[in-house]
Amino acid sequence: MLTIERLNKTFAAPAGAVVALSNIQLQVERGQFITFIGPSGCGKSTLLKIVAGLDTAYEGTVELNGKSITGPGVDKGFIFQEPRLFPWLTVEKNIAANLSLGNAQVRRQVEELIELVRLKGFEKAYPKELSGGMAQRVAIARALLRKPEILLLDEPFGALDAFTRTHMQEALLDIWQNSKTTMLFVTHDLDEAVFLGEKVVIMNPRPGHIRNIINVDLPYPRKRTGVSFQELRSKVLGEFEKVEQPPLLDQGAGI
Amino acid sequence: MSTNEVALGAKAGGRQSAVSRERKAGMPKWLYGWVIPVIVLGLWEAASALGLVSQSALPAPSRIAEAFWKLCVNGDMAKHVSASAIRAGGGFLLGGATGLLLGVFTGLGKWAERTLDPSIQMLRTVPLLAVIPLFILWFGVGEFSKVLLIALGSFFPVYFHTHLGVRSADRKLYEVTRILQYSKLHLLTKLIIPAALPNILLGIRLSVGASWLLLAVAEMMGASAGVGYMIQDARVYGQTDIVFVGIILFALVGKLSDSLVRLVERRYLQWNNNYKG
Repeated sequence: MLTIERLNKTFAAPAGAVVALSNIQLQVERGQFITFIGPSGCGKSTLLKIVAGLDTAYEGTVELNGKSITGPGVDKGFIFQEPRLFPWLTVEKNIAANLSLGNAQVRRQVEELIELVRLKGFEKAYPKELSGGMAQRVAIARALLRKPEILLLDEPFGALDAFTRTHMQEALLDIWQNSKTTMLFVTHDLDEAVFLGEKVVIMNPRPGHIRNIINVDLPYPRKRTGVSFQELRSKVLGEFEKVEQPPLLDQGAGI
Repeated sequence: MSTNEVALGAKAGGRQSAVSRERKAGMPKWLYGWVIPVIVLGLWEAASALGLVSQSALPAPSRIAEAFWKLCVNGDMAKHVSASAIRAGGGFLLGGATGLLLGVFTGLGKWAERTLDPSIQMLRTVPLLAVIPLFILWFGVGEFSKVLLIALGSFFPVYFHTHLGVRSADRKLYEVTRILQYSKLHLLTKLIIPAALPNILLGIRLSVGASWLLLAVAEMMGASAGVGYMIQDARVYGQTDIVFVGIILFALVGKLSDSLVRLVERRYLQWNNNYKG
């Protein structure tokens, strides 16, 4: 279980301190799928980095199973927007990374994961020979091999085309249902947030804080075209439009 | 999934058509490099046969080949080549290994870079031939000063490119190794060295070239055996054909060692997007 209490985070900037996250409160049960959505600068990626242990300069409590997070580790898998594979390793060696494929148990698990992320036949391929979606699946398999308690995904499908993205979303749900890993998924795509999450956390910038948390009580697999999906999407969008837009000039990428 | 496979298939198809285009040209790829040397040799031989060039300045290729063969048969060739190879190899190994270690060292640590790198960069700008008199004063004209000179020459390219390669290791991949909890040893052997390998091999190739250059210089400053000595000796006696044999030997051995490094590159750098083979 992940517990976040009174989390505050400030960045030092030339023009003075910038509050990136203000008073974040969040409880995530084991095995839940939570999506985070909000305009750029709302601190959703910063929040993910803190949970990953990549950023430890914060105030407040961030605990995984009652233990404070002090640094990165394999129990907190992280998927970046880019696959970040080692270009000199083949697919299977990328998944194993610092573990040896000579170990029979590792070898068997790697083979199972290749099956799970549907990359059979590409074991010996180098990252440069893979498409974006395939490379991202290798990154997911690499994280899953370590049996993470929690998987943190920072806009993982943001760079993919629409068809591949849809496919990857379905693949991720499959993986989640098979592995029962807790998922924290950051996105700027409204459909993606509603399609994937059991809960959608809506975040607001300046300073970054949680605006609302919406439960998505739809059974999986969800139909994007279904009436209830559209109703929930409108509900989230309704919440979303209350988010004050920053002045046009400061608006970055994202929504 | 299927779109991905189609994309991959298309790539493979592109490779295939490149191969067939090559076949259509009718000549194997490796043959192209031989066209110009063969034409030049033909013209040269013809000019010699017609008496257009002086045999003492530019002996005919057939005469050079004959001298080559003679040196092979009487054992001089083996003596000179092995003496040179030991010198060049020893110097290269010494300089290259030191360059590799120091390059990794200064590439990894800010502290090491700040203290060591400025001095090394300053020394790098000194023309190596200018320190030969100093080497002779210190160590004489013996084997030691020759090997040391070659080592110094092959040190700089390896050092410089290793340092650069280690420095250019991707910060984003470093973040991945933190999450995957790589040990310090794995960080070095599974991230930093592989990431720096293209640069390291480039440095080695340049330093192989440097070691042959300095070998020739070192052997001409005084030696009793070696290809450079053979050239110098032949010059004294006006044996132009043997001078040519020496030059050809340098060219052959230089090309051979370069091909060897390329072979290693092909084996270990096939993952690299920028590597063209």
